[in-house]
Amino acid sequence: MARYIARRLLLAIPVLFGASFLIFAMVFALPGDPIRALAGERALPAAVQAQLNEEYNLNDPLLVQYGKYVAGLAQGDLGEDFRGRPVSDILEQTVPVTVKLSLVALAFEAVFGLIAGVLAGIRQKSFFDSLVLVTTTLVVSIPVFVLGFVAQYVLGLKLGIFPIAGVASGFSGYLLPGFVLAALSLAYVARLTRTALVENLRNDYVRTAKAKGLSPMSVVGKHTLRNSLIPVVTFLGADLGALLSGAVVTEGIFNIPGLGRAVFQAIQNQEGTVVVGIVTLFVFVYILFNLLVDVLYAALDPRIRYE
Amino acid sequence: MTSSLTHPQVSGGPTGSALLEVDDLHVEFRTDYGVVNAVNGISYTLSAGETLAILGESGCGKSVSAQTIMGILDSPPGFVTGGEIRYQGRDLLQMSAKEQRDIRGEEISIVFQDALSSLNPVFTVGMQIGEMFRRHRGYSRGDAKKAAVELMDRVRIPSAKERVGDYPHQFSGGMRQRVMIAMAIALDPAILIADEPTTALDVTVQAQIMDLLGELQRDTGMGLILITHDLAVVGEIADRIAVMYAGRIVETGATDAVFGAPAMPYTQGLMASIARVDQKGQRLNPIVGAPPNLAALPTGCPFHPRCPRATPRCPTELPLLREVVPGRRAACHYAEEVLGV
Repeated sequence: MARYIARRLLLAIPVLFGASFLIFAMVFALPGDPIRALAGERALPAAVQAQLNEEYNLNDPLLVQYGKYVAGLAQGDLGEDFRGRPVSDILEQTVPVTVKLSLVALAFEAVFGLIAGVLAGIRQKSFFDSLVLVTTTLVVSIPVFVLGFVAQYVLGLKLGIFPIAGVASGFSGYLLPGFVLAALSLAYVARLTRTALVENLRNDYVRTAKAKGLSPMSVVGKHTLRNSLIPVVTFLGADLGALLSGAVVTEGIFNIPGLGRAVFQAIQNQEGTVVVGIVTLFVFVYILFNLLVDVLYAALDPRIRYE
Repeated sequence: MTSSLTHPQVSGGPTGSALLEVDDLHVEFRTDYGVVNAVNGISYTLSAGETLAILGESGCGKSVSAQTIMGILDSPPGFVTGGEIRYQGRDLLQMSAKEQRDIRGEEISIVFQDALSSLNPVFTVGMQIGEMFRRHRGYSRGDAKKAAVELMDRVRIPSAKERVGDYPHQFSGGMRQRVMIAMAIALDPAILIADEPTTALDVTVQAQIMDLLGELQRDTGMGLILITHDLAVVGEIADRIAVMYAGRIVETGATDAVFGAPAMPYTQGLMASIARVDQKGQRLNPIVGAPPNLAALPTGCPFHPRCPRATPRCPTELPLLREVVPGRRAACHYAEEVLGV
């Protein structure tokens, strides 16, 4: 198992290089001059413009720019934005915020999604089952930003239950954006859990569990749920990537100073080093969680073994 | 319905001593395509230490009746629409869900056909055997594991101590069925139902499993209900047999007597259809036609469309299970002629 994990992590290195180069190339290909845009309406003096272009290696060809970026990385230097702020500082400030937001969202998904899915699955065709079906369909069909603004308006502004925006108030500021961020995936988790449970309840070993005299609680909670979790765990792992990119919209709506907002601003300003730094981090997290999912498989299903 | 008249008991001894009495049991499946009459009024009794074989083709209702006794019939679609199942005089069907669960595994237990799919793939065999003790006896995890090792020894799984932590997929088919048996006999049940316990196994392994079941029964004195379509297995270990057709018992009696001279054309057909070594090279004698559709049973005797002896009486009048000679019952208008008495 340890060898398997080590091999997967080694494989991540070329993937990270490839991903960072692609992102770098895409920012390079963006039309417009970032330095000129920086100055706004008035044109910069030619000398300043030339100096800034030099400083940020903007005159070099793509490969040379990327080479210099990687050379900086090797020395632990992630580069800086056009205001001279190191990317490492930006990450330091934004990562904890987005991690908190994603964890709140993941918790919503896992807890409420699983509960709704299990209850719907054991009471097939009941009122609750139909309710879950209708609600999840509704949530899946509403765009995230609509849900975000409605939640912000009703729960934040009108009812005043949650802070309207920002995270200055601490943890409570994460609840509403976390829920909005989770909503779509929560619906998927509920549906996946329900389907997997219904399917597994038809298995012969469930009949065996009943024949042992186990209570309905053990039959479902112990003998059926664990097998049903495999597709759900796969989804949750892969979904973390979606949560990070979904954070771009959600953090925008709720004005949360996280990675999503930072990467959005950086794209607008064509700050290649910042975009590459953050998106490569996304890629790394994605790889890491996929690995974690594979390791969890083996824990959930003993028939799966890695060499 | 006066069940005692229309459905006489299939009994090996006086009713009072019976451990299990199934009385005029009716089970139906309500499906989208209509109602399937899976069990249509079967009655039998089982005494301690006795082996009753329930014999019949696939889909004749033998497994459904077993699942109904265990109380593990999937409902919906399955519904018990009549009859009683008395265990030590008490009707299981009238008990609360909790009372039924306490009996399941503790007093009556079951071994299924396919051990691979009947064991949970994500738990160790030790945990699955030990779970019986945890659920019914309140054992600790450690004690349950020790008890599981002892049971694995008892059903002769080699190096039980090392293998108690293995998962079902790490065992061979025969060993897996031994695990199932260990689980079923864990709490010394009074009744063991073996539902086609050897069908999924190699012939040599089949014999080992049947020997094991027979031995365990002799040791514990439990009543054994053996559900099978394998006549060879029946002949070896059953005291009595009940032949089922289309959800009914159509013939019953001591195994030797029924094997020696069937009293019902369907049983005759079954006996004639087995391949025999001493008739090598001859054609097999299958029963012509297919088992009836349980959603649309033929009128009269359900076997009449396939019966070589059918007369105009057969499609119009349902033959009841009746005593033909002492200890022998058959559901055929012409049982005496078939039997030759």
